[in-house]
Amino acid sequence: MKTRHIALALFIALIPLTILAQSAGVTESMLLNPPPDSWPTHHGDYSARRFSKLKVINDTNVQNLSLDWESRVTGGTPANTTPGRRGAGNVRVAGSPLLVNGMLYFTANDNAWAMDARTGRIMWHWYRESTGPEPVTANKGMGMYGDWIYFITRDNNLVCLDAATGAQRWIQPVADPKQYYFSTMAPIVIKNHVIIGTGGDSLDLSGFLQARDPETGEIQWTHYNTPREGEPGIETWPNEYAAAHGGGGAWVQGAYDPELNLYYYGTANPNPVYAPQSRAGADLYTSSIIAINPDTGKMAWYYQASPHDTHDWDAACDTVLIDGTINGKPRKLLAQASRNGFFFVLDRTNGKKVVAVPFVDTQNWTKGLDTRGQPIPDPAKEPSLGGSLAWPNAGSATNWPPPSFSPQTGLFYVGTGEGYAVFYLTDTDEHPEGYAGIESALGEGPGSIKALDYRTGKVVWRHDWPDGGSAIGLLSTAGNLLFCGNANNLVAFNARNGKILWHAGLLAGPNAPMTFMLDGRQHILVFAGDTAYNFVLNVSAPAKAKAAAKPH
Amino acid sequence: MTKLELATFLSIAALAIGALALHAQTPVAPQTPPEAQSQTHSAAQSPTAEQTQNPPGTSGANITIGATPAAVRQSGEDPAAVARGQEAYASAGCISCHGATAKGTDTATDLVRSPLVEDDTKGELIGPVLSQPHPKNSGTKPNLTDQQISDIAAWLRVQVYGAAMRDTYQYLNIVVGDPQKGEAFFNGAGKCNTCHSVTGDLAGIGSKYAPPQLQGLWISGGANARFGRGLGRGLLTANGGLLADTSPPEITPSTITITVTLEDGQKFTGVPVSYDDFHVAFRDMSGAYHSFDRRGEWPKVEVHNPLQPHWDLLKHLTDDEMHNVTAYLVTLK
Repeated sequence: MKTRHIALALFIALIPLTILAQSAGVTESMLLNPPPDSWPTHHGDYSARRFSKLKVINDTNVQNLSLDWESRVTGGTPANTTPGRRGAGNVRVAGSPLLVNGMLYFTANDNAWAMDARTGRIMWHWYRESTGPEPVTANKGMGMYGDWIYFITRDNNLVCLDAATGAQRWIQPVADPKQYYFSTMAPIVIKNHVIIGTGGDSLDLSGFLQARDPETGEIQWTHYNTPREGEPGIETWPNEYAAAHGGGGAWVQGAYDPELNLYYYGTANPNPVYAPQSRAGADLYTSSIIAINPDTGKMAWYYQASPHDTHDWDAACDTVLIDGTINGKPRKLLAQASRNGFFFVLDRTNGKKVVAVPFVDTQNWTKGLDTRGQPIPDPAKEPSLGGSLAWPNAGSATNWPPPSFSPQTGLFYVGTGEGYAVFYLTDTDEHPEGYAGIESALGEGPGSIKALDYRTGKVVWRHDWPDGGSAIGLLSTAGNLLFCGNANNLVAFNARNGKILWHAGLLAGPNAPMTFMLDGRQHILVFAGDTAYNFVLNVSAPAKAKAAAKPH
Repeated sequence: MTKLELATFLSIAALAIGALALHAQTPVAPQTPPEAQSQTHSAAQSPTAEQTQNPPGTSGANITIGATPAAVRQSGEDPAAVARGQEAYASAGCISCHGATAKGTDTATDLVRSPLVEDDTKGELIGPVLSQPHPKNSGTKPNLTDQQISDIAAWLRVQVYGAAMRDTYQYLNIVVGDPQKGEAFFNGAGKCNTCHSVTGDLAGIGSKYAPPQLQGLWISGGANARFGRGLGRGLLTANGGLLADTSPPEITPSTITITVTLEDGQKFTGVPVSYDDFHVAFRDMSGAYHSFDRRGEWPKVEVHNPLQPHWDLLKHLTDDEMHNVTAYLVTLK
């Protein structure tokens, strides 16, 4: 037999493998059109709207929402004694679970679990202790392809597990934790690409986005978020060295438009974080919203949310896809409530600005918009020796916990807080390093949920929490409901008018809720700390009898 | 065997090989969770940086900007080795090209950003480089003892640690304002003297706090114990102490209090324990604990935040005004 016949045979042989791998788990069509009994990607679908078409639970019956089960997980034991490591500890499921074939899959740093969504039973638990000095603990969750699960550890290892057993298929290093890279984003699977990114701004590294082969974990492409010599954008840095150490991580997962074949995401702040003197210029493409071709890793367009950011305001927040109407014309839009306090709506075909207005009550860092419609930073508010008082603070007007957009109400919902800080420069060297400054966040003010008209950014309704609040994960549904957390409460609002309709007190502050149908019942599932709470409607007596008669 | 059969065979074989190739890691059994609190990456980290003030123009113990004494302390490195390493780094001549803090110059690389230095744990990567002729500097071999090499490695690791760990950063001299103008603002536009007196509550405040702390304290009003954090949301910790403690709550000029009025006209004033859309809980002035459901209009809850004027001022305060008042308060020894 000739060599090419063998090659052909092998090629044919591998096809059924792929089909088999996909048939039982997540398929491409499921990712493109998630069925109601699934939540196959971080945001439930590619749009990052966190809007569900389900309306079994709605504004007329949500008062009957009751606990179905709760289930607590325990993590592995971190024994990392790296000096200065802060805060890694108790399990907090901060990201969003996936739901596929009745099974929930979720992470907390270094831990992964599968849980039966009908009973809360833990099916398997995977644990591996991260090394390295960065203490981040808010792992966002998983991506899934076929029967394989993907997530990235705090110390930058991409892990592939068998969804059925939790058995490790492979683990691949992505970046060096000792260079202070960290990872938190939930991988997004697009066709045969597992899209991952890294963060880390403690030591002037170079943030990147990467595509990996779902079968082998091999690198398909790498896209650095700052340019190199000869690439467009390098003129916004003093030199290549500054750009190559200019930060711009990718630690929050993005959104995907299959029609345009573009993946959208927000990049992190530049480095050194608070010191401007070694990176004069706009510092592209840090603190930016970027559109990228997932097949090639080539950038299609950018919009910089915070040119020359000196306040740690990553644009690493969700980029929410909206198919809307502006001035009577249907438009493909992208919205971001950004950490710098601005609400941006862009044309997602080309990155052109449609809306750029503050959504916070107080901000003091801009001097209007430039010709691209990007905010112009006021140099007077850069960190200084004596301190610069800036609003918002680095904790920011909002943050990575996901907002929500309801096509039904046309409202973009975001959890926000008012706060200021004094930003000090502590490293006056010509070549400052790391953060090179101190943010003294002295007080956090009022916090609220705001519902913005996507066409204008105007606040249609707001709910001010009695004791403050900030960024919080949201879910809106076709039942005219908005679910979110405040303090230790899970709260349901009337999505149109902001009236509170229901709440439940939990043991900790909740993550972004999710919803799905199983056996004809709609579930609202939320994690608070280490505990999952599953809510369903209290059924009427005849329906209950019917349910009981059904064999399990 | 036909091609199709071969394909089928290979397909099955590939499946079997694939299954064998899985390096199955046995899932671990659930264990007791650790006690430490978790924290998000992006939560505003209030730096617990050194609040001590360097006298202007000095940089203490030859450790310039970069690795502070706190970095040496927290890094876990032997401080004596670090000090020796700094000397050896200078005497061997590294300093002339790589700079006093190893950040590099126009002619030599930044060692703090060198992956080799970042990955080093006990000299195993730095050591071999220092034992060889210098890769660029005309091949000169630094004449270093093993001890010196080990010490330089320790010092370099501290430089990396000090650059990366922001809780080791140290404020520079933040007093940049004009005390006369600060005094005028204090008694004029700032209306600080409406509530405060430099011979009363603020007497000697310039000796009590280092300037960065002082600036933070005066602008925020110093809400609660956490250096001002909690303006407008310090309700949960307002009383400190356990809830079984029924002694009267301590009321300071910055304590947030609430007045709760029930539908039947009963009225309570106290220090809040928790306050959300669904419940209000507080300790009254005698120390007794109360909690009420909040349903509709009742009970009515009024919040009295004595620091509200600070919050209102901050929305308009300019940096010059802030620096001037700080410069003035620093003089109140």
